Amino acid sequence: MSNIRTLSFDAVIVGGGGAGMRAALQLAQSGQKIALITKVFPTRSHTVSAQGGITCAIASDDPNDDWRWHMYDTVKGSDYIGDQDAIEYMCNVGPEVVYELEHMGLPFSRTEEGRIYQRPFGGQSKGPDNPTQAARTCAAADRTGHALLHALYQQNVKHDTNFFNEWYATDLVKNQDGAVTGVIAICMETGEKVFFKSRATILATGGSGRIYQSTTNALINTGDGVGMALRLGLPVQDIEMWQFHPTGIAGAGVLVTEGCRGEGGYLINKDGERFMERYAPNAKDLAGRDVVARSIMQEILDGRGCGPEGDHVFLKLDHLGKDVLHKRLPGICELAITFAASDPVKVPIPVVPTCHYMMGGIPTNIHGQAISQDAAGNDKIVDGLYAVGEVACVSVHGANRLGGNSLLDLVVFGRAAGMFIETQLKQGGDHRDTSESDLEQADSRFARLEESTKGEDVATLRKELQKVMQNDFGVFRKGEMMAEGVKKLSDLRARIADVHLTDKSNAYNTARIEALELENLIEVAEATAIAADARKESRGAHSRYDFPDRDDENWLAHSLYSPETKKVTKRDVNFAPKLVDTFQPKIRTY
Amino acid sequence: MLVSIYRYNPDTDAEPYMKDYEVDTGGKDLMVLDVLGLVKEQDPTLAYRRSCREGVCGSDGLNMNGKNGLACITSISEATNGKKKLTLRPLPGLPVIRDVVVDMTMFYNQYEKIKPYLINEDSPPAIERLQTPEERDKLDGLYECILCACCTTSCPSFWWNPEKFIGPAGLLQAYRFIIDSRDNATTERLSDLDDPFSLFRCRGIMNCVNVCPKGLNPTQAIGHIRSMLLDQAT
Repeated sequence: MSNIRTLSFDAVIVGGGGAGMRAALQLAQSGQKIALITKVFPTRSHTVSAQGGITCAIASDDPNDDWRWHMYDTVKGSDYIGDQDAIEYMCNVGPEVVYELEHMGLPFSRTEEGRIYQRPFGGQSKGPDNPTQAARTCAAADRTGHALLHALYQQNVKHDTNFFNEWYATDLVKNQDGAVTGVIAICMETGEKVFFKSRATILATGGSGRIYQSTTNALINTGDGVGMALRLGLPVQDIEMWQFHPTGIAGAGVLVTEGCRGEGGYLINKDGERFMERYAPNAKDLAGRDVVARSIMQEILDGRGCGPEGDHVFLKLDHLGKDVLHKRLPGICELAITFAASDPVKVPIPVVPTCHYMMGGIPTNIHGQAISQDAAGNDKIVDGLYAVGEVACVSVHGANRLGGNSLLDLVVFGRAAGMFIETQLKQGGDHRDTSESDLEQADSRFARLEESTKGEDVATLRKELQKVMQNDFGVFRKGEMMAEGVKKLSDLRARIADVHLTDKSNAYNTARIEALELENLIEVAEATAIAADARKESRGAHSRYDFPDRDDENWLAHSLYSPETKKVTKRDVNFAPKLVDTFQPKIRTY
Repeated sequence: MLVSIYRYNPDTDAEPYMKDYEVDTGGKDLMVLDVLGLVKEQDPTLAYRRSCREGVCGSDGLNMNGKNGLACITSISEATNGKKKLTLRPLPGLPVIRDVVVDMTMFYNQYEKIKPYLINEDSPPAIERLQTPEERDKLDGLYECILCACCTTSCPSFWWNPEKFIGPAGLLQAYRFIIDSRDNATTERLSDLDDPFSLFRCRGIMNCVNVCPKGLNPTQAIGHIRSMLLDQAT
């Protein structure tokens, strides 16, 4: 590997979204020598698409609001497989982290008192004994992700973070002791390949919604971090748990924020009926996302869908009036006009449940340290590797994420990992050794692609993969279809291994990037499929016709998928918060 | 439909050229980004940037039949405006890396020059800094900028002086911080712009306003800064 240049850093962050930039900021402020590698210019990251807000008990809307209520909602929302120590940490430290964002300049919307504006979101209550709808989601109109991502980028500019923009990380490097010693990445502009040697490597690569045909996710969400971890032999957790957002614009897949329903919008079927009243009599349109998505699908399956094909429902907003819509939901008005030719001021928006968020990912502790297991099933830290944000499964979302909790997850755990790594780095220690053969191993799939002379093309294989996931692993799942899907994916894996890269030029070769991304998509898709087939119950977003009930006796547990055995084992959920009593599993109703 | 695209690969081409593609849109009025996707299925060597595909990330600024805009939220009919052929070129005024991918370094440098971050050295309160809804309203029309560079690369003043003129996108952000009630570096920010080039090269041509895919108005923001500078001088 004499052709590969080595650059050395204290910490390398892969991914320039909310989590990666929050971690980078922490480390840049502490004076560490860091590099942030990102395949798109940071403000093009998918965090930018987040709309409705960041949920946090800052007690602006309700002066008596309490982070413990937020914690309770999140535990319940997770259908009880979110780790309670992690959820406690996130909800407790949340206000401090949100205030920091405001101090950085994030232009939150305001109340008359000058405080941050909070809106109601799904699954929010005022504690275990009070199902009153809370308004806990801090918003910058309906462009909160944009505002947050730009504020973080701006602070990183201020603190001179060392960005490697439009560099694509291909694989992690692991040495003979099993420690991660850095990552290989290519400069997209020139094609140059570099080994980023690092004492701490942080994956902040986001989600992988592009395994589905229809998704709210950006085209860049190809599961690069999960793919890299799986190729290293590391397990992923709860990867069968995919959130389908109730309201993607029918046909286009573009997200329509839950904030629409928070502001008073509601769903109607072809008869004009506000059907959520039947499915969730108390919370109605603001029940958990899994509940609302299933209700919509049920309406469609029962023949009450809208449109000539009866394949969607409507989100009604016109009764809120032009002023509220243009003030609170200006971005939605634009998107609905562009992608559905529907002005929400006048007509409802056609919507359908759409793949949105990967609850599962690389298991970590609250410091972001990646976790694997030994042969006896005991947790062990993966030396040198961290994960934060959507790629990680810390796990605060369990089987179903609440709206507004993803932005909080990003900044809370990006910051936590940054602080922890800062302490670790200050304690000293040198780079771990990396041998030539470690590097060659990490570079092997790249090398194979460069030598390909025949095989199928990327676009065809990607389409097939997305079709399998869409048809066999959607909102409702069934054993036999999933088994079939697993088989199809196994065949696809073999074909993808033979994919042909026709263009081998160096300058800004996006064909090469897409081929590398496809190999990550198949890793995520297969892990999802096998884990989904293995979890023989219905919980949160994972809903099976053949196992319609939650099974706490057997499945009140994380699933852990091992790429080496292609088998699923169970890992304990944490029920030991430090400051409050455990929230015991209950029947989940809204 | 017929699509003509600017092609240039520095590894293989001595100079750029236009290449025509016949694309089957199925009779639909697709977004230009979807058309690029169909072309890439025919010819994987075509390079372009894209990410969110919904007009919020700013990756896919292009020159479409002579006008800058985002490929993902511009339909074929909007771009072609009755013409038979869709013509796609890189954003003007910046060096081309490959095909329609431009080197945006000059654009980002101008953005960084305006100190694009809140400056307030007072120690912050235990909660958020308070801001009235009226004060916050002043940021509307400014903070929404997605840094797509459609405006700056449509500006003749920027073409002429890309190293010295901040350009509409950067100046819009300068005003976003000047007018933020929480920022207290207004004097410093204004004096940074007080030279013949940084701001005063704006000639009010208003191409920026004409092309901004987010409907923002950099010319107006520039006008406000100009007034503040003049007030300061008197």
